[in-house]
Amino acid sequence: MPKIYLDYAASTPCDPKVVRAMSGFLKKDFGNPSSIHSFGQRASMAVGNARQLVAEFLGCESEEIVFTGSATEASNLAIFGTVKAAKVQKFQIITSQIEHPSVLESCRALAKQGAEVTFLPVDKDGIVKISELEKALKSNTVLVSIMYANNEIGAIQPIEEIGALIKKNNPKTLFHVDAVQAANFLDCNVKKLGVDLLTLSSHKIYGPKGVGVLYVKRGTPITPLIYGGGHERGLRSGTENVAGIVGFSQAIKEIQNPKSKIQNIRIRQFKDKLIKTILKIIPASRLNGSLTQRLPNNVNISFEGAEGEAMVIALDQKGIAASTGSACSSGSLEPSHVLLALGLSDEVAHGSLRLTLGKYNTAKDVERVLKVLPVIIQKLRKISGYNQ
Amino acid sequence: MEKTYYSKAIIDRFLHPKNLGKIKDADGIGDTQNMRCGDVMKIYLKIEKKAGKEIIKDAKFETYGCGHAIAISDMICDLIKGKTFVQAMKVGYEDVADKIGPVPPVKVHCAKLAQAAIKGAIENYQNKKNKS
Repeated sequence: MPKIYLDYAASTPCDPKVVRAMSGFLKKDFGNPSSIHSFGQRASMAVGNARQLVAEFLGCESEEIVFTGSATEASNLAIFGTVKAAKVQKFQIITSQIEHPSVLESCRALAKQGAEVTFLPVDKDGIVKISELEKALKSNTVLVSIMYANNEIGAIQPIEEIGALIKKNNPKTLFHVDAVQAANFLDCNVKKLGVDLLTLSSHKIYGPKGVGVLYVKRGTPITPLIYGGGHERGLRSGTENVAGIVGFSQAIKEIQNPKSKIQNIRIRQFKDKLIKTILKIIPASRLNGSLTQRLPNNVNISFEGAEGEAMVIALDQKGIAASTGSACSSGSLEPSHVLLALGLSDEVAHGSLRLTLGKYNTAKDVERVLKVLPVIIQKLRKISGYNQ
Repeated sequence: MEKTYYSKAIIDRFLHPKNLGKIKDADGIGDTQNMRCGDVMKIYLKIEKKAGKEIIKDAKFETYGCGHAIAISDMICDLIKGKTFVQAMKVGYEDVADKIGPVPPVKVHCAKLAQAAIKGAIENYQNKKNKS
């Protein structure tokens, strides 16, 4: 039975070109980029080239790119690093209720330390309410952190509009954007978006795990979280993950390949077919999030009478990898904070199934899901005693 | 070796439960829910008297919940059959784990939910008996 992977928002396999680009730097060109001999210099040049490629993708200077060990680390640096550098006693930060835990928990940690944190609500489609942001902005707002696209429901935020509003209120207020889920599909030009800081992840764009990027606009006051040999212009010490960084930059290159644009159209068509057909053939099902302001690879549907984790494990038995907002397994046992922020009940959140598509999915995969899923939902509804 | 999140024994029980469904003329029905964690369990009991003692002749379940919750509900129905009320109310997570192996710590509460549903079903039976 061929396995079908529909959890690309969780992680992606490495593109073969990425693996090829990396392999030379694991064994042959293994040197420390800080060394002045030829081994080190070859590695150093590779990191420099990679930095240039990422900078081109973001439309910025290579000096504005900081490589980190993960996107979580990049977002932590963006938040704690700027707040620390602001050196003010009483300050406010603003974020949304549907951020990724790397941002949400960082903001909560600051709140515990006494910072004023505003968690902006979203509308029923998962879009940040601009009017709420306008109300929340203050003269002492040091940072606003809003994600470009949501990892659970694929909701795309109006980043340009948000950025403009922030700067109109106070040009000194910094704007951080978590673009981890958006990078495959949306324009990440930092000048166009009007952002000061932006987070990217390698393993969500067919690169290796263990590499993240933080774009830091020139002149942005920021202090490091990790001290040592002064790598990454002093913002992130630690010997560069050369192979990982090279792999990441190759993945960035692939995103810009015209072939990727064509792949993205196919992905959107698959997504449209999945949403349309599932809602039609499975009764008591509903789409979570916006139909239009949505990433082209995200399907998130709730089913009455079927619990998410049970769906995921039943699908896995049929070789299909999916995800859920029913957080039975997350430790807290509470359903997804994103789905609850949409105003959905605990029941609807627990009955959610997330399918996220990627460039290696085929029309056959979609057909198979449409064949298998209704049977599983029916079976789980029988187990739960749900009246159909 | 690290264990997988779902063991084979649990998946087998989840996909092929033996005690699934309603008992039409149930003597006692109990349910319990914890919508925050997403579990709703319903237990149906059939009671018979043997040598003057009331024992559980049959037990069935309906559960809305994860694979662990479903497997535990099914297993616990197996375990309480043929038991007196006092014995049945003592059946808990450890007895289930003896049969199908341990579940992740975060799922142990599923057994408590099942115990509460069984207790509810027994009380439901006793209330009905006292009224008649």
